[in-house]
Amino acid sequence: MTASLPRDASAADLAARLVAGDRLALSRMISAVEAGRPEARHQLRGLFARTGRAHLVGITGPPGSGKSTLTTRLAIEYRRRNQTVGIVAVDPTSPYSGGAILGDRVRMMELHGDRDVFVRSMATRGVMGGLARSTLDVVLLLDAFGKDVVIVETVGVGQDEVEIARAADTSVVVGVPNLGDDIQAIKAGILEIADVLVVNKADLAGADRLVADLRAMLQLGTSPREAWAPPIVQTVATDGSGVAELVDRLAEHRAHLERSGEWHARRADSARRQVRAIVEDRVLRRLERVTTGDAWQARFEAIADRDQDPYSVAEDVLKEVADHD
Amino acid sequence: MSDTSPPLRILIAKPGLDGHDRGAKVIARALRDAGFEVIYTGIRQTPEMIAEAALQEDVDAIGLSILSGAHMTLFPRILDELRERGLDDVVVWAGGIIPESDVPKLREMGIRAVFGPGSPTTETIEFLRNLDKNKAAATR
Repeated sequence: MTASLPRDASAADLAARLVAGDRLALSRMISAVEAGRPEARHQLRGLFARTGRAHLVGITGPPGSGKSTLTTRLAIEYRRRNQTVGIVAVDPTSPYSGGAILGDRVRMMELHGDRDVFVRSMATRGVMGGLARSTLDVVLLLDAFGKDVVIVETVGVGQDEVEIARAADTSVVVGVPNLGDDIQAIKAGILEIADVLVVNKADLAGADRLVADLRAMLQLGTSPREAWAPPIVQTVATDGSGVAELVDRLAEHRAHLERSGEWHARRADSARRQVRAIVEDRVLRRLERVTTGDAWQARFEAIADRDQDPYSVAEDVLKEVADHD
Repeated sequence: MSDTSPPLRILIAKPGLDGHDRGAKVIARALRDAGFEVIYTGIRQTPEMIAEAALQEDVDAIGLSILSGAHMTLFPRILDELRERGLDDVVVWAGGIIPESDVPKLREMGIRAVFGPGSPTTETIEFLRNLDKNKAAATR
């Protein structure tokens, strides 16, 4: 069925086969881009023109709130509506070993039989600030592959995850009853970026209270996006209730963005952040390379001996970083 | 932070009908602690589900944990499903309860290693680290 794909296939080959619908090529390309291979990253330029069609949905919420199960149900509902789905499930890398256990697939067993759903687990790999960038690159590949909807699932803690949520066309924030007092939702700092709020495990006692708290907080908020009042959808992901309504709300949000012109404005805003992230990433990598090599060691020692000063050396490093490739 | 090769990606899967995944979880955790990225799929996986997960996750190796005694029927089907997807180069090894007498046949069909009950997790880690060295050499 699948023609063999040698491990040393060029990035250009992978990109061509990805566009032609080869799932193994898609999978290998994701790995190459995630690893930061320059040839693979170069292919993103050509692939970009084929993207922009997919609806990017971000799902974030605290551990145990049912994100993976909800994502699975969403995918099933989208498939029922004849939409193809890509899923990126992000889990943390252990800061101690650099390894990770990526367990979201356990909840996604029902999706395995459907070739129009592609699930990819990603570890954060501890790259400072780089998570949002590499996640967006993976999203781009799924978009170029032709997925109608791409769902990115992250644990909603930390700046990187907020960045990913902000890059989504539609951000879903998932809460569950009884996690703590009602101030927790504000502390998390993710309420502001929610386009749709989900109260999952809505069959538990306390769900109504959470809905009421969230509603009150949304009214308090000074959201600049007055035209769109974030709806609150109650779901029970384990049995699928509320999921069809959620998909309706996501579609309405997209329609609202397109109608109001915000779709374009948001994507331009997101492009600004993406360009910054790409530049930051490259500058940091070069800075790392320049300052850890032997070439500058003598200069650092000269600073230690007070023969040179760190400000002038920094100026020279900056020039080197800018010229260097 | 950039030029080192990424961690090996390992799929830990439990084919067949037995629902005891303690061993699989112990090995998943040991591999994480050794610095690998472990994709854990849960229990009761069909050969097709395992091969699909391997394809989508682009794993370097698959560890099959089996206690039910069905390895001689399930493993060849898993290897077939992998081949059908062009995943012939993914390393497959096994752990669990597998009679010594079946090991030569399993190795012949393409199972690269078998770790029985009582094998220390360090043996598996060592086995995978050797793969990692070969992979690093191949991509240089």
